[in-house]
Amino acid sequence: MVPHSFPAPSEAPGSGLANAKVRQMANISISSGARAARPVRTVTRKRSSVAHDRWAVLVFFLPPALLLFTLFVIMPMGEAAWYSLYKWNGYGTPTEFIGIRNFQVLFRNAAFTQALINNGLIILISIAIQVPLAIWLSTMLAHRIAGVVSFRLIFFLPYVLADVAAGLIWRFIYDGDYGLFAAISNFFGFATPYVLADKDVAIYAVLGVIVWKYFGFHMMLFIAGLQSLDKSVLEAAEIDGATGWQKFRYVTLPLLGSTLRLSIFFAVIGSLQLFDMIMPLTGGGPSNSTQTMVTFLYTYGVMRMQVGLGSAVGVVLFIICVTLAFGYKRIFMRND
Amino acid sequence: MTHTQKRIAVRGKSIQFLAAATAISLMLAAGAASAKTVVKWLHLELDPTYLAKWEEIAKTYEEQHPDVDIQMQFLENEAFKAKLPTLLQSDDVPDFFFSWGGGVLKQQSETGALQDVTAVLDADGGKLRQAYSPASVNGLTFDGKVWAVPYKVGLVSFFYNKDHFAKAGVKAEDIKTWASFLEAVKKLKVAGIVPIAGGGGEKWPIHFYWSYLVMREGGQQVFDAAKKGEGEGFLDPAIIKAGEDLAELGKLEPFQPGYLGATWPQALGVFGDGKAAMILGFENTEANQRKNAGNGKGLAPENIGRFSFPAVEGGAGSVTDTLGGLNGWAVTKKASKEAIDFLAYLTNAENERAMAKAAMLLPVAVGADDGVTNPLLAQSARQLAASTWHQNYFDQDLGAAVGRVVNDVSVEIVSGQMTAEDAAQQIQDAFELEQ
Repeated sequence: MVPHSFPAPSEAPGSGLANAKVRQMANISISSGARAARPVRTVTRKRSSVAHDRWAVLVFFLPPALLLFTLFVIMPMGEAAWYSLYKWNGYGTPTEFIGIRNFQVLFRNAAFTQALINNGLIILISIAIQVPLAIWLSTMLAHRIAGVVSFRLIFFLPYVLADVAAGLIWRFIYDGDYGLFAAISNFFGFATPYVLADKDVAIYAVLGVIVWKYFGFHMMLFIAGLQSLDKSVLEAAEIDGATGWQKFRYVTLPLLGSTLRLSIFFAVIGSLQLFDMIMPLTGGGPSNSTQTMVTFLYTYGVMRMQVGLGSAVGVVLFIICVTLAFGYKRIFMRND
Repeated sequence: MTHTQKRIAVRGKSIQFLAAATAISLMLAAGAASAKTVVKWLHLELDPTYLAKWEEIAKTYEEQHPDVDIQMQFLENEAFKAKLPTLLQSDDVPDFFFSWGGGVLKQQSETGALQDVTAVLDADGGKLRQAYSPASVNGLTFDGKVWAVPYKVGLVSFFYNKDHFAKAGVKAEDIKTWASFLEAVKKLKVAGIVPIAGGGGEKWPIHFYWSYLVMREGGQQVFDAAKKGEGEGFLDPAIIKAGEDLAELGKLEPFQPGYLGATWPQALGVFGDGKAAMILGFENTEANQRKNAGNGKGLAPENIGRFSFPAVEGGAGSVTDTLGGLNGWAVTKKASKEAIDFLAYLTNAENERAMAKAAMLLPVAVGADDGVTNPLLAQSARQLAASTWHQNYFDQDLGAAVGRVVNDVSVEIVSGQMTAEDAAQQIQDAFELEQ
């Protein structure tokens, strides 16, 4: 192939632009390898028509997306940042500028500290229990064994369920008077635990539901990852006499690396935004012991009509999310 | 598909289209023929019997006024409170909505989202104003303007299960003071009966205790001063003492197990199922417990007794001071004349009497009192009539920001998570933040 022997087009003298064009042109001719011997001018015209098409696509398809994105993502974010500097009850326009007082109030608030701790705990449990559980199940369900589809379905079903519905279902299960817990404790004859009413236990009850709800999603990610693994590597390990654990530890797990990092990424971001399952379960109570940042935002910002304070929570949440997301991508997902 | 079949199918389609087009044009014609004024009525009532009564009233009104179409819209209690500010500023604003009065209504009135109904009440020499009890109109008045059409009054008092009291040897007549109330709680516990049904999950059912204790300990003067930010505010010794009284009750563990996660309907169900001896509830508790009981029947009316919140020894408040609601229908800025006319109809003496007869409410319309035939409701009505100071629910009166803190700390105190001083401090902090 001789793409490099093409002369630079005369109408673009020197500079980086010309280089870029040459490179682009080279690309084109490489991709159309068979036609590499065509005259230079044809290639140039072709390139410009491709660029023209791209512009047309940009002009017609970008604005609607950009508009929607600005309208529903950028603007609300900007507005929240603006509101967070005001004391405002949601009526009319905010007028009472109070600087960073909302943030000061926020970080002095014990319930918000608890919410931060809970979010941390949820992330920890997601990574320490949920993801390993998902990997373990996926290694069993990635192969063609009898009944594999129905097992996958059963494990995946909780994830398909709406969060609110899951919350309500578990509220009934945990119910100390009529629920499943009541029935079990009656059967064995010990005092019914009211898990959702006990401030020391409630968060663990919630964590249980979270693991139950989302492990299926991670399991599916890992099954997809496992199925795309190169079988010959595993066979080679087998021939070398690796045990089951060694195969998993030194072959499967490293090869699953990118899936694992993606799964943890989803777990972290999802944990930070947890809201709709907690509301029907505990509503953040008792004594704010199951508050997350978003439920805190709702109870203190929306229910109390303190839109300024609520916006401040939103800003803090946004900063945490963005820092974590970009930091994580930079550090762990560099090569993915 | 053969050619003929296809043709038939196409014909079928065109017939369908024709039919649809005709239907649409007919509908349009019908719409144009009777340009109805739509009145949107936003409420948060769940009880089907209440709704049936309202629908009946609306239907009668529509028959008398064929050009008006009344549409009921429902939002669940908590969702209602959360969504209202957005709703009021949107194009989809209802014509009128349920209001508890107090600080929340005042805040709404200050935003210009509501319609001032003073002129309507005062028209024809105050004909409409005189149709309601003066206290009810005054309660919905801020800065000399009336902001809602009165609908009903409420009263919070204790209801008890007569069987349980008899079994534990407790006499309701003897519960005159907080100390004797605590004594009754202890006796019930000894008898193996859960003394009180509480809805700690929703918090506001517990704030009634704190509110009443503040009223009994401090009286009107202390509370009004706190509300205005005068003196020691919510750090007044009487208010802290009220918190301590509540903590004392909490130490006896008087509520059903798991009450901290229970909602108000669940608490009513516990009382209705006979699993607790008492409940501090609204005037229509008898109807409410029936609806929420496991078997749908609840306690028989003759098995339910009622007594007012006991006095506190040495407290400045009187046992005749009452805590309860005053509900009205707040009219929004763009509401039509028809909407207000319908409200006047809904709350006229005849309809209020009918609703009182159905044990739905205590009427505010003058001359509707004779509708209160239910004995328990009548007792509440008598206590209200003799009230020396009727105070609106604290969480509504103090506005959302402070009121919610009152709800929170009431639960914290009673569950032993917070001292009375810390609770008072939190309320004061929230109050100062609001100013």
